[in-house]
Amino acid sequence: MRARLIAIAASLGLALGLGGASTGYAAGGAKEPPDHEWKHTGVFGTFDRAELQRGFQVFQEVCASCHSLDYIAFRNLAEIGFTEDQIKAIAVEYEVEDGPDNEGEMFMRPAKPSDYFPAPFANPQAARASNGGAYPPDLSLIVKARNNGLDYLYAILTGYEEEPPDGFELAEGMNYNHYFPGNQIAMPEPLYEEAVEYADGTEPTLEQLAHDVSVFLAWTAEPELEVRKQTGLKVLIFIAIFTALLYIIKRRIWAKLH
Amino acid sequence: MTTPLHRYKVVQWIDYRLPIFSWANEHLIEYPAPRNLNYWWNFGSLAGIMLVIQIVTGVILAMHYTPHVDHAFNSTEHIMRDVEWGWLMRYLHANGASMFFVVVYIHIFRGFYYGSYKSPREILWWMGVVILFLMMGSAFMGYVLPWGQMSFWAATVITNLVSAIPWIGETLVTWLWGGFSVDNPTLNRFFSLHYLLPFLLCGVVFLHLWALHHRKSNNPLGIEIKSPKDTIPFSPYYTAKDMVGLGVMLFVLAIFVFYLPNFLGESINYIKADPLVTPPHIVPEWYFLPYYAILRAVPDKLGGVVAMVASIAILFVLPWLDTSKVRSARFRPIYRQFFWIFLADCIVLGWVGANPPEGSFIIIGQVCTVYYFVHFLIILPLLGKFERTKPLPESIHQAVLGKKGDGFGSGGAPPDSAAPPGGRGSS
Repeated sequence: MRARLIAIAASLGLALGLGGASTGYAAGGAKEPPDHEWKHTGVFGTFDRAELQRGFQVFQEVCASCHSLDYIAFRNLAEIGFTEDQIKAIAVEYEVEDGPDNEGEMFMRPAKPSDYFPAPFANPQAARASNGGAYPPDLSLIVKARNNGLDYLYAILTGYEEEPPDGFELAEGMNYNHYFPGNQIAMPEPLYEEAVEYADGTEPTLEQLAHDVSVFLAWTAEPELEVRKQTGLKVLIFIAIFTALLYIIKRRIWAKLH
Repeated sequence: MTTPLHRYKVVQWIDYRLPIFSWANEHLIEYPAPRNLNYWWNFGSLAGIMLVIQIVTGVILAMHYTPHVDHAFNSTEHIMRDVEWGWLMRYLHANGASMFFVVVYIHIFRGFYYGSYKSPREILWWMGVVILFLMMGSAFMGYVLPWGQMSFWAATVITNLVSAIPWIGETLVTWLWGGFSVDNPTLNRFFSLHYLLPFLLCGVVFLHLWALHHRKSNNPLGIEIKSPKDTIPFSPYYTAKDMVGLGVMLFVLAIFVFYLPNFLGESINYIKADPLVTPPHIVPEWYFLPYYAILRAVPDKLGGVVAMVASIAILFVLPWLDTSKVRSARFRPIYRQFFWIFLADCIVLGWVGANPPEGSFIIIGQVCTVYYFVHFLIILPLLGKFERTKPLPESIHQAVLGKKGDGFGSGGAPPDSAAPPGGRGSS
């Protein structure tokens, strides 16, 4: 059955031609996400630790009730500026399953820094059942898993409209969003002004919340970003000088020929 | 070569028993190369270096990767997040594959331009075509390994092409999959073959180089080496020249690895494979796009597959399709025009392959596919008969050093910008 399904889907795909890196996700009436200003993009860009930590707070208090963050362990929070004690304090707030113990039973215990963020639902079925049939995707890689993911994420979070435009048929339980393919998204508007009370006193406007959580998820997707770009700069400078020397050597060697 | 070539006793001792030093001296140092090779001749050795980079990074990645449908995606993320410099290995390997194709495609088009496939280098050329096939197989299976959405669906679409073969197609696909769909057995064998093929590739590269060193390199003039005056030793001249190209290539590769690591990838491959969710657009990696366009240009599935395979297999008979006695496009004014048109045709095919076959893309794709084959099957055979070629220089050293040239220190044009009588190539 599954094989046939796949075969049919594949040949359908072939017949329809599939393709179109350039068409992107702007299908189905969705608007192109506007360019937003980020500190960590660009050759020298680095993550702003305050933004990251606020973004983590937004994730923890809002997103985490439905979305998992499978690839991030509590210990990773050290990379965004939390101290060891802070990380321990964050971890113990969560319960994780461990075991089996000597009796052969699984048991729950407070999380340790080496544990990964527990998922809010036990399995995709449970997640769907609690979310009107829609599956809240894991957010660890979401910024890399969408075209232009960073701007797209920010646009989605700020792109809700309470009432769909005239003549737009909104399905039961769906919400109107300017940037989601098809303009209908199952996720209700997650962020609004003062949705979170920031620990550092920053004013929690919708734009600020969306910006911070997007930066946090950019980090969860590419935790190596800063090391990568800093290493890259050294590597490029080295290769540039080395290549210039090689060229000079080549000229000298060939000069003997004529 | 057993003369006092080697200063050290231990080297002499070894070389007497196993002449690796003499061999290296003969093929890497004294190997007589035409004195007029330009920078387009860098791309062969660059391809070899890319192969080495791919094998080294690949072997390291394989130490941390788990070829199982439940673990492949996670182990890839483990490499990216937990393995020391794992992200560097993976990004080098993924972008290295693209760099490898860039270099090899330039190498192939250099062959087209200067007629490097012509007698007596047909078998050398064949080995190159076999290398291209092996590269494509390796690259395709490697792309499947992270087991993202595009990995899975590309594997499904491409393996399904085999089902177009009459009678046995369906059975063959089941055999390829090791089951009734792309699943764990498929992933396992792809991993195994992805590790195997590059070593087969090394073997064919050896034959490629053997043939090359037997008949020696072609050159921008496309005339044979006639006397020692036409050649210079590979070292130091071409080692130095190849190193410059290597530096430039590594610079370009580093820009992608460190600053645009996912620019050439598909974002949905960061979503774990899901057999129940078909992505809206399934596209291959950029280096397969022209073939993908040819595949889709034919309305019939079997016809499309045949056209796609033929688009590369036709290279095997290229030495006989091109009937011209003159190799280099420098002396073939009309072929030179058709070379650029053909290159443009391939690029347009790639662009068509990246887009959904709708509206004008369909007709553009079909026209370009037809032209692709017309180039090989009609234009090249006829050109050889009707084209008026320019007169060839008498010898390489005369063309390079001028009439009175007698080798070293006689002045004249620099060897890599030879201006033969009758104009020069626009490359």
